[in-house]
Amino acid sequence: MNILDPQGPIGVANKTILIDSIAIMLVIVLPTIAAIFAFAFWYRRSNHRAVYRPDWAHSGRIELVVWSIPTLTVILLGGVAWIGAHELDPAAPVAGTGSPVRIQVVSLDWKWLFIYPDQRIATVNTLTVPIGAPLKFELTSASVMNVFFVPQLGSMIYTMNGMVTRLHLRADQEGNYQGLSAHFSGDGFPDMLFDVHVMPTLAFDNWVASTARSDQMLNADSYNALAQQSIETTKTSYRLADPELFGKIVSQKIPPGPGPQLTTNLARPGSGARNVR
Amino acid sequence: MLGKLSWAAIPFDQPIPLLTGAVVLVAILAVLAWVVIAGHLPYLWREWITSVDHKRIGVMYTLLAMVMLLRGFSDAIMMRAQQALAYHSQGYLPPEHFNQIFSAHGTIMIFFVAMTFVIGLMNLVVPLQLGVRDVAFPTLNSVGFWLTATGALLINISLVVGEFARTGWLPYPPLSELTYSPGVGVDYYLWSLQISGVGTLVAGINLVTTVLKLRTRGMSYLRMPMFCWTTLASSLLIVAAFPILTATLAMLILDRYFGFHFFTNEAGGNMMMFMNLIWAWGHPEVYILVLPAFGIFSEVVATFSGKPLFGYRSMVLATMAICVISFMVWLHHFFTMGAGPDVNAIFGIASMIIAVPTGVKIYNWLFTMYGGRIRFTTPMMWSIGFMVTFILGGLTGVLVAVPPADFLLHNSLFLVAHFHNVIIGGVLFGAFAGYTYWFPKAFGFRLHEGLGKAAFWFWVVGFYVAFMPLYAVGFLGMTRRMQHYDVAEWRPWLMVAAGGAVLILIGIIFQIMQLVVSIRDRAELRDSTGDPWDGRSLEWATASPAPVFNFAIMPDVSGPDAYWAMKQHIKQQSLEGREPDYKDVEMPRNSPTGFVCAFFATIMGFALIWHIWWMVAAGGVGAFATFVAFAWRDHDEYVIPAAEVARIDRANLEARRAALSLAGNA
Amino acid sequence: MTDATLAFTQADPHNLRGMQEAVVVHEGPAPKRIVTGYGFWIFLLSDIVMFSCFFASYAVLLGKTAGGPSGAQLFDLRSVAAETACLLLSSFTCGLASIAADVRSARWYQAAMAATCVLGLTFLALEGREFASLVARGAGPTRSAFLSAFFALVGCHGMHVSAGILWLLTMMAQVFAKGFRADIMRRLLCFALFWHALDIIWVAVFSVVYLLGSAV
Repeated sequence: MNILDPQGPIGVANKTILIDSIAIMLVIVLPTIAAIFAFAFWYRRSNHRAVYRPDWAHSGRIELVVWSIPTLTVILLGGVAWIGAHELDPAAPVAGTGSPVRIQVVSLDWKWLFIYPDQRIATVNTLTVPIGAPLKFELTSASVMNVFFVPQLGSMIYTMNGMVTRLHLRADQEGNYQGLSAHFSGDGFPDMLFDVHVMPTLAFDNWVASTARSDQMLNADSYNALAQQSIETTKTSYRLADPELFGKIVSQKIPPGPGPQLTTNLARPGSGARNVR
Repeated sequence: MLGKLSWAAIPFDQPIPLLTGAVVLVAILAVLAWVVIAGHLPYLWREWITSVDHKRIGVMYTLLAMVMLLRGFSDAIMMRAQQALAYHSQGYLPPEHFNQIFSAHGTIMIFFVAMTFVIGLMNLVVPLQLGVRDVAFPTLNSVGFWLTATGALLINISLVVGEFARTGWLPYPPLSELTYSPGVGVDYYLWSLQISGVGTLVAGINLVTTVLKLRTRGMSYLRMPMFCWTTLASSLLIVAAFPILTATLAMLILDRYFGFHFFTNEAGGNMMMFMNLIWAWGHPEVYILVLPAFGIFSEVVATFSGKPLFGYRSMVLATMAICVISFMVWLHHFFTMGAGPDVNAIFGIASMIIAVPTGVKIYNWLFTMYGGRIRFTTPMMWSIGFMVTFILGGLTGVLVAVPPADFLLHNSLFLVAHFHNVIIGGVLFGAFAGYTYWFPKAFGFRLHEGLGKAAFWFWVVGFYVAFMPLYAVGFLGMTRRMQHYDVAEWRPWLMVAAGGAVLILIGIIFQIMQLVVSIRDRAELRDSTGDPWDGRSLEWATASPAPVFNFAIMPDVSGPDAYWAMKQHIKQQSLEGREPDYKDVEMPRNSPTGFVCAFFATIMGFALIWHIWWMVAAGGVGAFATFVAFAWRDHDEYVIPAAEVARIDRANLEARRAALSLAGNA
Repeated sequence: MTDATLAFTQADPHNLRGMQEAVVVHEGPAPKRIVTGYGFWIFLLSDIVMFSCFFASYAVLLGKTAGGPSGAQLFDLRSVAAETACLLLSSFTCGLASIAADVRSARWYQAAMAATCVLGLTFLALEGREFASLVARGAGPTRSAFLSAFFALVGCHGMHVSAGILWLLTMMAQVFAKGFRADIMRRLLCFALFWHALDIIWVAVFSVVYLLGSAV
């Protein structure tokens, strides 16, 4: 999950900006810290070689330098921020080889549902994508706010009920990575990890075909079960009964997931949620 | 009859809070018993609880901060321990408990440690530095303190009666709505902060009015000490920002209590609006905390360098610039919510712009040291530690102000390390410096230097050992608030971080020891001159502890560093100068209004949390009656006759002369 | 200390002392009445910030009617006009009360305050009736986000008016019991400022909420 080891162009670009910004600032920060130690040491009371200037409290030239250093640094970094924010806008499409893969992401309590509307399949806590293809994510939440984040692929984005956020990524190396939710969402939050499998296009097509033959169907009942507060340990793959499922979650035709039930029976373990007072 | 309250509210099934609560309850009862049996209650009631003296109130605020620091730190060390252990394991804290702990940790540290510490120091020092007798509204000051204490009390009650919020220190909806948080936890949070928020607002109004309208003769704005400027800026921010918090929490209260739809998922509620509102408060809040700390450093660095503060006007400009710009950056707390590149970039750039005046301040402190004769007392150590630490924290802050970098680091432990870097390195180090620096002014004796330095070193080293690994583990992708994890690379860093927390614990123990030893050895540590540090501003012109009226005669000021100028004149003339023309002094009368009002506020708060409506009404009536009773009193001031003022002042001057002549000419 | 230090304290590189001849140097702490009024103004500014949050939320949630009724369908502008008249008149009578207090006329003071009270209560009664009728029509605050914002903003103003009435009655009792003492006069100043501020906020409320809200 090392963000400094990106496996896709977005992650690489984010990391470059990160490292460059740190370097620019260190150029200023390190000499300043050195000066603090140097001045403190040199002007210590026991150093009789240091010149004591008890009335010196103003210097226009020093002020000019002192205001200029941070200002120039900020102008430089501001440029980086402006350009970077525009080039790396999550909603901006990413170029790639092969046809774009549309993935609709739904965060539930406490699991991730990935819907592939064009392929009519869906998976829980597993994201499978082909190498080099543009990945177009549409994201929403079926309960509370979460954040979809695959550290080695790049930018994260919030998921919110009733709204769609958009993210574009691309994975350039074959491998298995991990993703997580980067926004606390309740008692089962730490278990909202998901696997990310990046595979060659042919393998991806095979995977799609075999998943489309899955004996599990994602329909109203199975979705309802997913929406209850629970932690998923099995990474189920489904056939998608309704390609409009995502749209219905967004428009709240399918209402957001129910929360924990207030329990007075302390002995009964809540479904995912624990005792609430 | 008792609303939602029942025996099920007490966590009989959770040993840790149960045991902690029992121990704390026994300790409180023991202290109360000792106070009553040893006959200290009349003294406490008369001199402290009903006091409207800004110095007493300042001390009480600071004491509250230090006590709550212990509670907040206990939460911290529990969290570090849990994360060190919880690799492929549930650790020792189940999720519902861990989630309350990190929520309580943040809430307590921000609202009841940092805020109370800086407000306490501002209260104690500002009227003394301005050369006046008290703040603008002394009784209101007392009300503000006791309402803040009410908020702290309510949060601590949640440990044993019910539960606390499990949302984090900012209750983002929809998680904080009734659907997903049906218990009383979020309600404890909401009412505790609404009540203490009134207290904070009152303190802000008081300090703004004091700085703008109550300065001694000759003290124009550009002759005020730097700490008064930062107090002004911080208090203006309080007045402008805290109403936003009040309104936003009120909206969440309306959602939870009356079924409104401000932030709910359904019926058109907008959770993004909560983010915007709460951070429009939240960002100015951190400047409310750090600006007074900057002021403290300005005082301390100048005093212990033996020179005036470098670039005073520049510092004033920088302070007011920070004050204004702090309202223009709030969106950087949610770059990843999808606002679009233009909006993200503008707020990113604005967040960097605020680093300019901050950087200027660091350089001005640096050049204050240049050409000085630096004494490495404990406050100066804290200041140098601050400068280095805060620069690093600022670097990481400007880093996450770049939106693409934030897209990787938002909500990660890198972010957690950043804000602890600036809050501990900035606010807490500043508070500790101020505490050590002004302790003799409050109590008449200094704190033990050796133990102070030991505490400093353990805190500084502990801070780096605790938080540098969190930067690393943030780069490794770890997000915040995880009760357990199964990524092997994270574990070693988290174990080191737990070690750092232990080092900080030792630092805290040294601070407690320092206080105990200093009280025990107070005769040797006595400050008889009122000016133990060869200070530059007016608070050092009066005795330690300062008499109730602060100055027998309010001083006349003719330049900046007012007391420094006076000292040069005094040393020119002989100390047997003409005696001043003593006059009667009118002081505000003590009042139980603050304490009684807070008592009713506590009852109302508790009743609102547990839906005990008749108790809410009773509390409200009681609070209103308290105000009417206060309004009805006939005498709001008492007179100290000139002879008494003269007697106190002569004794203080005598002690000061004796100490100076013992020491020779300083 | 050194002569140099003394010289520093006397030095005047920006010729400020020249300016000070012309400008009055700070005279010292301001008198109590000014301090009290000033502090209360600061409080009023903070209260206006709080109201502006509710205004902002109203603007954001204006269209979020969740399939329910909108402002145009709900607002009775005649009632709003009557409420406005009540409040504006009550500001006038409050002004009369301030003048009466200035000339120390207890009778006129009590009369003007009583009139202010009656007008304020009328305002509250009209508003209460409006709220009740909205709730009865299924357009209560729980119906939609828009209605939540409406009830919160207008209700917040109404709560301030209610608190103001309690304060008003207390001030009537104070003058009755203790006369026009200095501290009571300071409190009257604050009360008058509060009451007039509520009127100004009402102008914003009916403009933004009712007039603009009906246009949507």
